[in-house]
Amino acid sequence: MKILVTAKRVEDPESKIKVKPDGTGIVTEGMKYKINPFDEIAVEEGLRLIAKHQGELVVASIGGKEVQEQLRHALAMGASKAVWINHAGALDQMAIAALLQKVVEREKPDLVILGKQSIDDDQNQVGQYLAEMLGWGQATFASKAESFESEAEKNKVPALALGADGKSVRVVREVDGGLATVECQLPAVVTTDLRLNMPRYASLMGIQKAKTKPMEELAPAALGVDVAPKLTIVKVSSPPGRKAGIKVPDVATLVDKLKNEAKVI
Amino acid sequence: MPIVLIVAEQQPDGALRKATLNALAAGAQLAQKAGAELHAVALGKDVAALAEQLKQHGPKVVHAASAPAFEHYLAETFAPAVAELAQSLGADYVGAASTAMGKDLIPRVAARLKAAMASDVMKFDGSGADVTFTRPMWAGNVIAEVKLGTPVKAFTVRATEFQPAPAGGAGEVRAFAPAAAPSGATRFVEFKEVKSARPELTEARVVVSGGRGTKGDFKEIEALADELGAAVGASRAVCDAGWVPNDLQVGQTGKVVAPQLYIAAGISGAIQHLAGMKGSKTIVAINKDPEAPIFQVADYGLVGDLFKVLPELRAAIKAAR
Repeated sequence: MKILVTAKRVEDPESKIKVKPDGTGIVTEGMKYKINPFDEIAVEEGLRLIAKHQGELVVASIGGKEVQEQLRHALAMGASKAVWINHAGALDQMAIAALLQKVVEREKPDLVILGKQSIDDDQNQVGQYLAEMLGWGQATFASKAESFESEAEKNKVPALALGADGKSVRVVREVDGGLATVECQLPAVVTTDLRLNMPRYASLMGIQKAKTKPMEELAPAALGVDVAPKLTIVKVSSPPGRKAGIKVPDVATLVDKLKNEAKVI
Repeated sequence: MPIVLIVAEQQPDGALRKATLNALAAGAQLAQKAGAELHAVALGKDVAALAEQLKQHGPKVVHAASAPAFEHYLAETFAPAVAELAQSLGADYVGAASTAMGKDLIPRVAARLKAAMASDVMKFDGSGADVTFTRPMWAGNVIAEVKLGTPVKAFTVRATEFQPAPAGGAGEVRAFAPAAAPSGATRFVEFKEVKSARPELTEARVVVSGGRGTKGDFKEIEALADELGAAVGASRAVCDAGWVPNDLQVGQTGKVVAPQLYIAAGISGAIQHLAGMKGSKTIVAINKDPEAPIFQVADYGLVGDLFKVLPELRAAIKAAR
């Protein structure tokens, strides 16, 4: 089978995000970047499926030259080919989905796996837009019933289960109040939640191999996609700061404050 | 008159999901700013009772679509129906609470309506056609005011930012029969309720979270949570260590919570974690290390061993209530 996964470049989740004083964006000096953690889970799941069912894993990313770093990371984890959509400006989720639709039409994967959201925009939309644009089934927030301590996880068994005929995929979804299982006919779009798997580290050999793996470059204009954003940011600001807290000497004082000052108990 | 259409949500047990009432309040706020009328739509196997309930909470019209095809929620069956209704009404805004269903459904509806979308909206500003949507980015470390430049605009709202719409309205219920639902490529298999006597982490009024300081022993965390009727949360470190299930994780890559009271015990306060709970109304931190960064965001800090403090706190709260 052929699987397409995404690898968005985002700020390191461990880094401190600060808003620029003029409200036009965030401070990027000295920022470290990583593959979106949810996309990394998508890459891992794709690799496990390929290991079990044979096939090819293609990874796509959109951005300036710097996103090659995240594509190489996915290649080092084990993807066989990268597609780089070279576009430097701001994009909204509709445009991202429209670009991915073109990649899907060129690559013709049986399954597209994306992170449920990227940790910068936090929109949680692209997979759903893409599924509708393609007219495919969707299974968002893919999760796994077993714990990360399970034998299945240690053996890197895929959580997404292909049907016996290889024409469908069964997905356990993390929803409010429980787990919902759905079965999608292939081709389908799946988005990953945090509990789907624990991504592998890229091995040294993987990193070496990634340097010579193919990376195709595409441009939005050549794909015929209008990427002018329909969602525009008017301004960004920091969330309201918290007033300086106090240290209380003992439990009695704490309970008194909670009851009479904060009035939360 | 422009129309704001809110999609209601029915729980697997048939009851109205509470977050829908918050979404209706948000819809009313948007309708007021946009000079629009509030409508709601409910889809399910039988939504007659649900529609009767909904009409009391603000919408002028509740569109009720009862059909066997809607027994189990699936984006592929719900999205065409909602989009069809939005089109026939000429709705300008389509939204829902940002629950698992809202997040799954609304972008798919938006794609059908060629609508741009804002997720997790906390506030609406502006007026008329220039309404803006305020929403969190980078796990709430950044608040963005955005504009949507498409004729139809889609959104989900963060339920905790809006008080539930009160009862007392008198809307009208209209039956709505969408064109034959396409047989989607996706089939519902089963729903397994994760039984917990405790409230949902993202909906709870009080959250008690444990970190590395618990060394994996959550007994005191759970006992305090149960005393307060609270949800239990955890830092990434304890989830990664396999001490508690990952779905308890509060943080940038876990759940983002904003309860009235957040109690962090044995949590140092990594940026990752703070991003997931900074929006809480009152934060209490209990930590052995007086220099722990968690104290910088806590309203009330108590330096001490959580295994001594938590049982005392539980007894004192019990006595104080």
